[in-house]
Parts: sequence; structure tokens; C-alpha cells
Amino acid sequence: MQPHEFPQIEQQLVPVFERYGREANKLLQILREVQEIFHFIPAAAITCIAAHLDVPRTRVEGVAGFYSFLSLKSAGEYRILFSDNITDQMQGNPELMRYFCHKLWLEPGKVSEDNLLSVDSTSCTGMCDQGPAALVNGWPLTNLDHARLDLIAELIRDRKPVCDWPPMLFEVKDNIRRAGTLLGESCIPGAALRATLERGSAATLAEMEASGLRGRGGAGFSVARKWSMCRASAGEQHYIVCNADEGEPGTFKDRVLLHSYADLVCEGMTVGARIIGASKGFLYLRGEYRYLLHQLEQVLAQRRAAGLLGRNILGESGFDFDIEIHLGAGAYICGEESALIESLEGKRGRPRNRPPFPVTHGYLDQPTVVDNVETLACAARIAAQGGAWFAAMGTAQSSGSKILSIAGDCARPGIYEYPFGIALQEILDDCGAEDPYAVQVSGPSGILVSAQEFNRRICFEDLPTAGALTVFRRGRDLLQVVQNSAHFFAHESCGFCTPCRVGTQLQKKIVDKIANDHGTVSDLEELKQLGHVMQTMSHCGLGHTAANPVLDLLQKFPDAYQHKLKKLAFEPAFDLDGALETARNITGRDDAWAHLP
Amino acid sequence: MGAPAMSNSMTIDGKHVPFSDGQTIMDAALAAGVYIPRLCHNPQFEPHGSCKLCVVSVNGRNMTACTMPAAADMVVTSNTPELNRDRKALVQMLFVEGNHICPACEASGNCQLQAAAYYLEMQSPHYTHFYQPRAVDASHPDIFLDLNRCILCELCVRASREVDGKDVFGISGRGIGTHLVVNAASGRLGDTNFAATDQAAQVCPTGAILIKRQGYKIPIGQRTFDHHNISEVQMKPLEPEHE
Repeated sequence: MQPHEFPQIEQQLVPVFERYGREANKLLQILREVQEIFHFIPAAAITCIAAHLDVPRTRVEGVAGFYSFLSLKSAGEYRILFSDNITDQMQGNPELMRYFCHKLWLEPGKVSEDNLLSVDSTSCTGMCDQGPAALVNGWPLTNLDHARLDLIAELIRDRKPVCDWPPMLFEVKDNIRRAGTLLGESCIPGAALRATLERGSAATLAEMEASGLRGRGGAGFSVARKWSMCRASAGEQHYIVCNADEGEPGTFKDRVLLHSYADLVCEGMTVGARIIGASKGFLYLRGEYRYLLHQLEQVLAQRRAAGLLGRNILGESGFDFDIEIHLGAGAYICGEESALIESLEGKRGRPRNRPPFPVTHGYLDQPTVVDNVETLACAARIAAQGGAWFAAMGTAQSSGSKILSIAGDCARPGIYEYPFGIALQEILDDCGAEDPYAVQVSGPSGILVSAQEFNRRICFEDLPTAGALTVFRRGRDLLQVVQNSAHFFAHESCGFCTPCRVGTQLQKKIVDKIANDHGTVSDLEELKQLGHVMQTMSHCGLGHTAANPVLDLLQKFPDAYQHKLKKLAFEPAFDLDGALETARNITGRDDAWAHLP
Repeated sequence: MGAPAMSNSMTIDGKHVPFSDGQTIMDAALAAGVYIPRLCHNPQFEPHGSCKLCVVSVNGRNMTACTMPAAADMVVTSNTPELNRDRKALVQMLFVEGNHICPACEASGNCQLQAAAYYLEMQSPHYTHFYQPRAVDASHPDIFLDLNRCILCELCVRASREVDGKDVFGISGRGIGTHLVVNAASGRLGDTNFAATDQAAQVCPTGAILIKRQGYKIPIGQRTFDHHNISEVQMKPLEPEHE
């Protein structure tokens, strides 16, 4: 049913355009608001936006079609998206989704006939320590069970607005289990900035260098080098961006930092801005964390009132800097820094061709630094307490501490901060892992570690991680884990380059074939070849890492798939006898002659 | 700076290749007569870097030749069995992603996808076909748009934007759902200002954009790639690649 005629659409949308200054850069933010008004993006809205922003209609349609949380078809007044991370699966989300759909006579992925609601799944919502989780119209639901779903069904039947639902449904806990220097010590807003101003920018940059701080988003690039390259680049404007697009499944440490340490993160951004010479910063907040938006805006307002943001910060003449929050809309790829910048510019989140790199040509082609949330929190601490203090923690090439998001088969899921160099076994003991058999370190794009490797250490020299640590006990079906990862990458590939767009789909199909008991030895060989093509020919890190779970499984966990394989050397993906089922149904036959031998 | 300085050089497959500042590996290779396979790149338009056929090994690291700036210390290998095997895999991926039925296609013999498959000695599509339902748009009086054959090279997108100044085409969707869209609320090509004389109507490397009433004017068997290897044809950069 598409009963959507919008005679008043222009009057409805003009105030939105005005609020965003009719800037094409704000296209994604505008589309988010349109989605909230109509619960989808009507074709008439696309035409109207294109006219008012003076951009081709194809550009608006291109952006609207890219992000998962924007919908080109009606998705109902209530859109419920069940988190599809492996931890949510282990906590029972698939069964809960079936229960909910059955209760409300729904089919997943389809809107109800009265246009009231739709149910579907979405990539990890970052609530692995308190799942099973879901989103309703973008707001996080945690600790789901049958009773809560019954209540939610009732609320929807009564057409109660989501803002009036009981707050306990939306409760999100920090679950900090082990605090180190970053999480444990209190931060006085302004302390790091005062130290920076006293010491001077060059000397503070030298402290960053001395600290050995490396990016916490996974790649581990030296922060001092990145900042000094950006500082040295000529441009009309410099920008600093906080990458809070925490999309790696199983990671939720930035959620906690933004919830309870937002001042520290903003302080780190402001220190960075002082050093690189930026007067404008962006916090790119993943769509799944939009529930934090209001609180973050309040922190920014307090900092402005305290003279820590705005013009002449801390009375320093000419030190002007402010932060704007930009909301994502469901796209893992936007965690990649150049895709994030494209998204900030209101475009499809497509990784750019590099060089040039963002430090010289970033946002609006100007020198730009993009840093992870945790990196910026570390930078604030270093600015306040000095580089030597920081470098004294951790290992030779991985200074400081690392915040881990631990979930899966353990008694105490949550946030753990350790100095770099900690052995995996010790972490597993601390979190109460039950008979651990495998650990996915740094999510699907990271490494699947077997029990023989539990003596390995968390650091850039050995096991680098952006923060996710998902524990699997003995008896867990690791093929299911890898199948979940394969589906994730196929869903999140941006579609730009051939090897990733097609390769992630082919990988998904072959893993499904094996999981459905139709795999053979030749399929394993096929997976290795595909993995090689994706690793070596893809455009960006998503494609380069998309085969990691599969390749780790093949190499380290033969028990997980060998019993599934057919004895034949080859089994076609096409099931010939299955294809005759339609003919059997039509003729009403099911005798031996109606089947292939 | 006056005349372009050609003081820099690198090697591609052992051959000494000079280049000037601002040139990509692909530009330099083209100028020096070294063939690197490609589908989404056409020297008349901004490089795009999406098909990945032109990935080469630069000092041991894989890079996209059409977008990577040439640099003095580069030792590039391109025509190797390993890279050509991976390129063949990419062409096979494109074949199974779309619905390419060469014997029944008007573009057969003029199609660069087909010609790249010949060049890379592709014997079969190898992978499982996707059989995705894709639309044919015949609404325009002079042009067919058949998305079954679209390989998302975005040459029509670039030509319409950069040369025709029209923005008739764009890209929407994500992942395997990525698809070409046209600049009309109806989604129909006939409702755009596209014209058969537009540059964008001439650049499709496959048969996704076909001019009506021209079909089979040149019989199959007498077409470009029926007689010429794609490596010869694509080395003539600024001439039309279709006869």
C-alpha cells in the first residue's frame, strides 16, 4: 500500500532547508529529518530537495538509497530493526524476531498492511553487553525478551509515540568493569587546554610525539605524525573530525566514552584543533547512537558557556573553535576516514581514491584530521599530563592503555581498560569467560583467535584491536559465527569496486552453501581464491578484511566445517532436484519417477 | 614551468616509462604504449578506479593504475600471470553479477567486457550466476537503457556531468544493490533531457546504453573486437572505441 500523496510537502520541508542553510553539504542531515517526518523518503521529497538545494535529483536519490536508516519505500510509522550481531544472535534475537513478527502478523522486511509498522534486522547496534538489542525509529531497545516484546506490541497497537514509551525499555548501562588511567581518573574540563596554551602548540605536539600515541581505531597511525602533517598543509581552513562511527560489530567502547567522558573527548578535539590550526570540528556520530545526541549537545553548550569552545577560548585571543555534530544513518563503511568525509559532505559514503590523503585534502578538500573517539580522549590526557607519563604504560610500540568492549560467552560483559601488552588469557579470566574456545579480536575485520593462541598479547606488535573482543565457548558453532560475518560484509559493502561488491556476495553464498550441508572440498578452495581477490584487488579496508573470518576459520578451525562437507569433490550450487519441486506441486506427484535418481 | 618536464621515469614490466608531474601510472603507460587492462577508465574523463582491472603491483604493493600518481622510484609489474588471473576473476564477477548473454546481445563484438574476457582468456563465468532481475527502459524515443548489462563503470555518469553538462545519470543503492538511476522523478529515461547525440550515449563499454534503430547495422563478425584485440583498440586513447 502506498497511499502517499504530499500536496503540502514544500511547506513542510522548507523550514528544514532553511535550518540547514540550503547547503548541499547538509543533504544527509536533511534526509534524516525527512525520514523522521514521513517515516520514509517519498519521491516527491527527493524532487523538492533537489530543487531547493540546487543539486541534481540523481545526487539526492543516490544518497537516500545508500544509507540503511533512510528508506525509499514506506517503512511504517514504527520501524523496528533487530540487531544482527553474532552476540545478539547468541542471545536469541532470531527467535525473538520471529516471535514478534508472528505476534503481529508480520513478515520481516515488509511493512504491515495498515502501514503501521515494519520489522527487519540491522548490523550491530553496539549494545552487545546488554542485548538482545533493537532500534525503534532509531532509539535503542536493550535486554529484549518475550515480556518486553509483548509490551512493545501493545504500545504499537495503541499507537503510543515512541517518546512516551516506558524509559526502562531504553535503559543503556555503561558496564565499566575495569578502569585504568583513561577511565579511572577524573578530568577537570579545561585542564588539558590550559596546559596546551601554557606550553604552546609546538611543545604540545612534541609531547604527543613523546607519548607514542597511535590511533585507536585499529590502523594505529602515529597521532603526532598525522597532526604535524595536517598542521604543515596549506589550506583556507583546517578541520578536525572525531570518528564516532563505531560500526565494527562487537565494539561499544566509544558509546561509553561519549556517554560518560564526552568532556574529555571534546577537550582532545580542542587540543588537536589548537595544534593543527582548526576553527571547526565535527563529531561524526553513528546513527545508532543518536540517543546520545541531546546529551552531547548539552556538553557542547556547557563548554561554550565555560569558555572552552567558541571564540577566544580561555581568553586566548584568536583561539576560535567549535564542534558540530553530524549524524550518520546506518553505514559501516563511514568508519573509513575518507568515506566518513564524503558522508560529512552530504554524499554517499564511498571511500576516496588516495592519494591525496585527508591530512592535505579532506573535508571540502581542506587539510583534515580524522581521529577515533578514544584517541582524542588519550590526547587530552597527554596534553594535561605529558607524553612521558603516557609512554611509561604499555609496550615499546604500543604506549598507553586500551579500552576493550567484551561480550559473548562471559559472565561479566562490558568495558575493560588495560595497559597495552595484556595477555588474552588474563582478560578471559577477568571477564569470566566460560570454557573459551575462540575469541574474535577486533570484530569480523580482525582476527579469529583459537585457544592455542590465548597467550598472545593485545598490542600493535601482536594482536591489534579497535576494541572489540567477542568470546565463544566450546560448543559454539563457529561456522555460524563466520556466516554472520560474511552476511555483515555483504550487507555493508559500499558497492563501488568490483571485488568487494561481488566478492562479498559470492563469499556469503558459498558459506551459506556449506552451512546448509551442500558444501564440498572445492568450495573451500573457492573461498581461499575469493579471499585472495578481495584482499589484493579491493578499493579499501572493508574489502581487504572481508575474508578474514573465513580464512581464519579454514586455517584454524577445521572441526567447525569438515563434518558439514559432502564427500564429493564438487556439488553444484544449483539444486536440480529442488528445482523440480514446482513441477511436482503442479502435477501432484511425489513418486520416485518425479525425482532425480 | 614551461614545457612538461619528462625528466621522471619509472619501469613497467621492466620497460623504462617516462612521465610528467600529475600523470597517473595509467597515463604514463598509455603514452609509452604499455597496455594495462581497464574497463571503467577512459582517458577522456576523470579517473574513477572502480572496476579494479588496472590494479598493478607497485614495489610489491597493489595499486590502482588509473588513479595512482606516477612516482620516480616506482617499479611496476602489470602483465603477470598472477595479476591476469585476478583480473580474469574480476571479469567473471562482472559476468555473473549482471545478465550478459553475448550471443543475443546487440553489443557483441563491440563490447569491452566481452573483449576483456577474450584478452584474459576467460573460458567460463566460473562463479554462480546471480540472475538479478534488472529493468530495461525503452521509454526514450531514441535510446534503450538495459540495466542487465550495466557494469557500474559510471562512464555515462561522468560523461553526462563533465561533457554534456546534464547530470542525466547517477548511482543509488548500496553493495550488490548499487544501480544506475536517471534524473527524473518517474525514474524513466524518456522523462530526462538525454539525447542520442550526448557524449554519455556513446561511452558505455557494454550494451547498457544502445541507440535505437542502429541495431546490427554492422553485422556480428565484422565488429571491432571480432578482428582486434582490446589491447590494440584501447591503446588509441582519444579515438572513439566503437566503430
